[in-house]
Amino acid sequence: MTDTQQTKIQVRNLSKVFGDDTKKALKLRDEGLNRAQILEKTGQTLGLSNINFDVQEGELLVIMGLSGSGKSTLIRCLNRLIEPTEGDIIIGGENIPQLNDKALLHCRRRHFSMVFQNFALFPHRTVQMNAEYGLEIRGIDKAERAEKAKNSLKQVGLEGWEHAYPNQLSGGMQQRVGLARALANDSSVLLMDEAFSALDPLIRRDMQQELIELQHRMKKTTIFITHDLDEALNIGDRIILLRDGEIVQIGTPEEVLTRPADDYVARFTEGVDRSRVVTARRVMRPVRATARNDDGPRTVLHKMSENALDSIYVVDRERKLLGIVEADSVNEAAKAGKDSIQELLVTDFPHVGPEEPLATLYPMFKGKSYPVAVIDDEQRLLGVVVKGAVLEQLAQTGEH
Amino acid sequence: MDFDIPRIPLGDWIESGLDFLTTEFSGVTRAISRGTQAGINLLNDGLMWLPEWALIALVALLCWKVGGRRLAIGALLGLGLIWNLGLWDPMIQTLTLVVIATLIAIVIALPLGILAAISDRFYRVIMPILDFMQTMPAFVYLIPAIPFFGIGSVSGIFATVIFSMPPAIRFTTLGIRQVPKDLIEAADAYGSTRSQKLVKVQLPLSLPTLMGGINQTIMLALSMVVIAAMIGANGLGSEVWRAIQRLRPGEGFEAGIAVVIMAMLLDRLTQSLSGSKKMK
Repeated sequence: MTDTQQTKIQVRNLSKVFGDDTKKALKLRDEGLNRAQILEKTGQTLGLSNINFDVQEGELLVIMGLSGSGKSTLIRCLNRLIEPTEGDIIIGGENIPQLNDKALLHCRRRHFSMVFQNFALFPHRTVQMNAEYGLEIRGIDKAERAEKAKNSLKQVGLEGWEHAYPNQLSGGMQQRVGLARALANDSSVLLMDEAFSALDPLIRRDMQQELIELQHRMKKTTIFITHDLDEALNIGDRIILLRDGEIVQIGTPEEVLTRPADDYVARFTEGVDRSRVVTARRVMRPVRATARNDDGPRTVLHKMSENALDSIYVVDRERKLLGIVEADSVNEAAKAGKDSIQELLVTDFPHVGPEEPLATLYPMFKGKSYPVAVIDDEQRLLGVVVKGAVLEQLAQTGEH
Repeated sequence: MDFDIPRIPLGDWIESGLDFLTTEFSGVTRAISRGTQAGINLLNDGLMWLPEWALIALVALLCWKVGGRRLAIGALLGLGLIWNLGLWDPMIQTLTLVVIATLIAIVIALPLGILAAISDRFYRVIMPILDFMQTMPAFVYLIPAIPFFGIGSVSGIFATVIFSMPPAIRFTTLGIRQVPKDLIEAADAYGSTRSQKLVKVQLPLSLPTLMGGINQTIMLALSMVVIAAMIGANGLGSEVWRAIQRLRPGEGFEAGIAVVIMAMLLDRLTQSLSGSKKMK
């Protein structure tokens, strides 16, 4: 993460003990006993131990762990659905564990919207009324909340379903309502507790994609809990790996994958489909030479022979990529005495954005053997990906 | 072995306690008595003012709306039979008592049930009291009712309310406690206050169970109102009571059948009411 980003939430020394004598359990923890030993000695479960992390404004942070790792406890400690035993959670200058009931209520309304694994929609309310819930309890007037709820339902693609009841919708649609309910609230942090785990795999993929797009569009700080590493790698800007109530690693998906903190993480990542995680940016090579659109055929031919190329990308004055030309056609144009390569441009060449995973690149190499151009939002050429680089990356699976 | 363990004067204590209540709170009981009696008279007169055929038609229509054609036909035949047997007026009196007793029971039971659902401590206190209220032989309530409210319908209602209230409390508590935990969590996560959670989530979701409790209360009220004839409550019960004293089994059964018809109609009606609510 770059340091220009602002920290949204700071979590410091957060611990949670389930039991009556929490002090004793924490003392034993400080003496170096592990979770199982503490359970045996005191009958208390150390749910979370000494958790420290920051959440950056606008990022999608995934907290990943197997069942029993404490991830659900962690997300619930943030808005105090579960009372933390010790530690600080600082958001907007307030320390959540210290808040009194009234301040907590206020804090929940302003900062947190939550999406639940089993949707937790109110069955007696219509889709619209479900989406309005957060605004309704804040006392927002009817017209305004109806408007906001409608908007957020539109965001998640549920226009026209306002008057349906949750039980009339499919699982995927129900979770969209859950998401709309969270978005309508316009709180500063979105908490998603295994939000897609109850959906079937195909719909799950779609929802992940939509969440990523939504998140890019709205820049909403999101904390997403999952037990599925594929999901974590797919959607997360950063991932926190949790085991037995402790953080094992914090890093970007690529860091987790390429530099696992320990064997535990490495074992985790073994089975991962790298093609979904490694991005075009990582495997692209710089472009050795490009032609300008006002270059003549002979100049272009020269550049190509200098760099041993069969084809060359053509850019304009702003380095915007216009297309690709092939040596054969340029050669013919040169022989015919033409002085422009404009009409030789092939414009339907394969190209992707820098964050595109290899899985989408691979099929592009079928048939025609152009490399794949990697371009940024302004159409500028960043580099190229050749088939060999993709294959090399994919071959590294299971290397650890 | 002649340990002489003195008999614990439990009965004496209870009597002196009741005496204390009757003398000290006679103003209160008299006021309650007057108010209830006025309510009984008003409802009774209202129902009596309607011609029999009009009321039958109204009830049949209601049954048809909420319960369908079969229930409507049943209502038509059943009420027609009661009219034909000359039991119309006692039936109306019984209905009045049931309605008023049920209303009072619900008004008391709802807040208590909600409280028991929210507070574990109150739950632990009230559950044994409810057990007591339900297992105590119903006749026993009739005895203190007389010094409190005198002989008559008000005493009948007092005993009926005590006897029929427990299921309404229990079902309210059960209904609220049965609301799925993740919905409570959702309500909390969005920052609902306790009362918002109650009004917007817990109560609406416990409505079907709550209606079940009300149905039970009505049934119990009906059975108790009949027994309350022993302390002078009017209605079908007093018809049965008279038949017993005169050894007229025929008349006793006629009044009994009228009670059965009422019970079935009230039961089916309230059940289909709660059923139609659940559909949405």
